[in-house]
Amino acid sequence: MREITVTINGKPTSATVSPRLLLSDFLRQDIGLTGTHVGCEHGYCGSCTVHVDGASTRSCLTLAVQVAGRAVDTVESLAPDGEALHPIQQAFQDCHGLQCGFCTPGLLMSVAELAGTNPECGRAEIREHLAGNICRCTGYHQIVDAVERALVALREAQVDG
Amino acid sequence: MKPPKFAYHAPTTVREAVELLAELGDDVVVLSGGQSLIPMLNLRLANPTDVIDLGGVDGLGDVAARDGGLDVGAMVTHRQMETNDLIASTAPLAQHAAGFIGYRAIRNRGTIGGSIAHADPAAEWPAVVLALDGAITLTSAEETRNVAGDDFFESLFTTAKRPDELVTSVHLAGRFQDNWGFSEFQRRTGDFAAVAVAVGCVITDSSVVEARVALAGVAERPLRCPAAEQALTGPHTGGAAEVAAVARDSFEPVGDSHGSSEYRKRLVFAETHRAVAQALGSDIESIANA
Ligand SMILES: Cc1cc2nc3c(=O)[nH]c(=O)nc-3n(C[C@H](O)[C@H](O)[C@H](O)COP(=O)(O)OP(=O)(O)OC[C@H]3O[C@@H](n4cnc5c(N)ncnc54)[C@H](O)[C@@H]3O)c2cc1C
Ligand code: FES
Ligand code: FES
Repeated sequence: MREITVTINGKPTSATVSPRLLLSDFLRQDIGLTGTHVGCEHGYCGSCTVHVDGASTRSCLTLAVQVAGRAVDTVESLAPDGEALHPIQQAFQDCHGLQCGFCTPGLLMSVAELAGTNPECGRAEIREHLAGNICRCTGYHQIVDAVERALVALREAQVDG
Repeated sequence: MKPPKFAYHAPTTVREAVELLAELGDDVVVLSGGQSLIPMLNLRLANPTDVIDLGGVDGLGDVAARDGGLDVGAMVTHRQMETNDLIASTAPLAQHAAGFIGYRAIRNRGTIGGSIAHADPAAEWPAVVLALDGAITLTSAEETRNVAGDDFFESLFTTAKRPDELVTSVHLAGRFQDNWGFSEFQRRTGDFAAVAVAVGCVITDSSVVEARVALAGVAERPLRCPAAEQALTGPHTGGAAEVAAVARDSFEPVGDSHGSSEYRKRLVFAETHRAVAQALGSDIESIANA
């Protein structure tokens, strides 16, 4: 077992973990943050995507011990008080960018990264960026609509802010 | 779908890491980005007694200029390769190829050293290393040695690296920085390449004086194609299509569920054609477009 301290959604958290514990299981089972979903556990579906030091990361391909001393943000960080939705979440709701919602937490975290690194991008780049997030329900068109709308909303919020 | 039990080691220096490697025996693995190793652990394809995590080791994450080229630390991520200014100016082929690896989340964590040590025959880095006259620096408790890329990659997931050695850095030549090309075919965005082609040229007075054509996905290891390199060299080059035809006729790729041998040969033609045309670019336009 190993002692680790991780900043999870802004909050320093200490825990004792087995080295073989995946970050996805650590978040869901030890910390109780079940927003991060687990689909394939080998890196292909993207539903387990979180941010480590601001960069999107497969939590199923990361050991909890590897994030010692780092900052992990999960989908729960987008609307911390659970009330007002984050503009990306709002756009997904408005554009019907989800049905069952299994893929949604991973998609939201991938989009949050895109909004930070390529906020001006168009539909082709959106599709390319989201190629690693599989959705079995929507057929993707509304997801791309949602991301386009979210990027506009975030840009406008920045101008206003 | 969970990793098996193992003992975990987190050294902070290369010295400590190689001593652990020497001490712990055969069933020890090194963890870099984990983007190949952790899937293997989850699927129980790997069952190590010990895992040595390089994540906290100092001095493996730098990119530095040397001899007109670059020394890239083993722990430099695919994403850093995509965004680093020195890579963009000195080895733009590597910068461009990085973007083809998996998805952003994979690139954020996966490393060049891990990919080279893993030696997947369809991976981008091994082909790029061959196209840029690369060499791999290997460090053990006893010695540090450099192995040319062509001698390093041996077969499927098999390299000249001994079990007690770490990949510590990769040297990429800078002299192909003006004339390079890269093209690959993926069935879906982010998939491993069916065929990838990396080309590096040195052009003086509208004549190709040096050429590298390296392919992934055609054999159990990445390969240079000397016949295509020869067809590309000299003032009387027949054109990108001719070089591509020579490359196509040089390989007998094995067919599998992703495509027959014939299909892969067509891909070799198409991807070589694009990569060569890109490398010649406006310097030898009439040939690039031929
Ligand atoms: C969904 C998905 C898609 C992918 N798509 C692609 C793709 O299109 N192209 C591509 O090239 N790759 C792809 N990959 C693989 C990815 O690039 C990996 O990052 C890479 O193969 C291994 O690098 P790593 O740093 O993650 O190494 P790890 O997974 O940590 O290690 C891989 C192996 O190398 C050994 N090793 C690691 N570092 C060293 C070292 N410094 N010295 C000695 N041995 C070492 C390990 O012991 C292990 O056996 C994909 C992976 C996933 C999960
Ligand atoms: S559960 Fe991690 S990528 Fe599918
Ligand atoms: S909404 Fe069901 S998988 Fe995407």
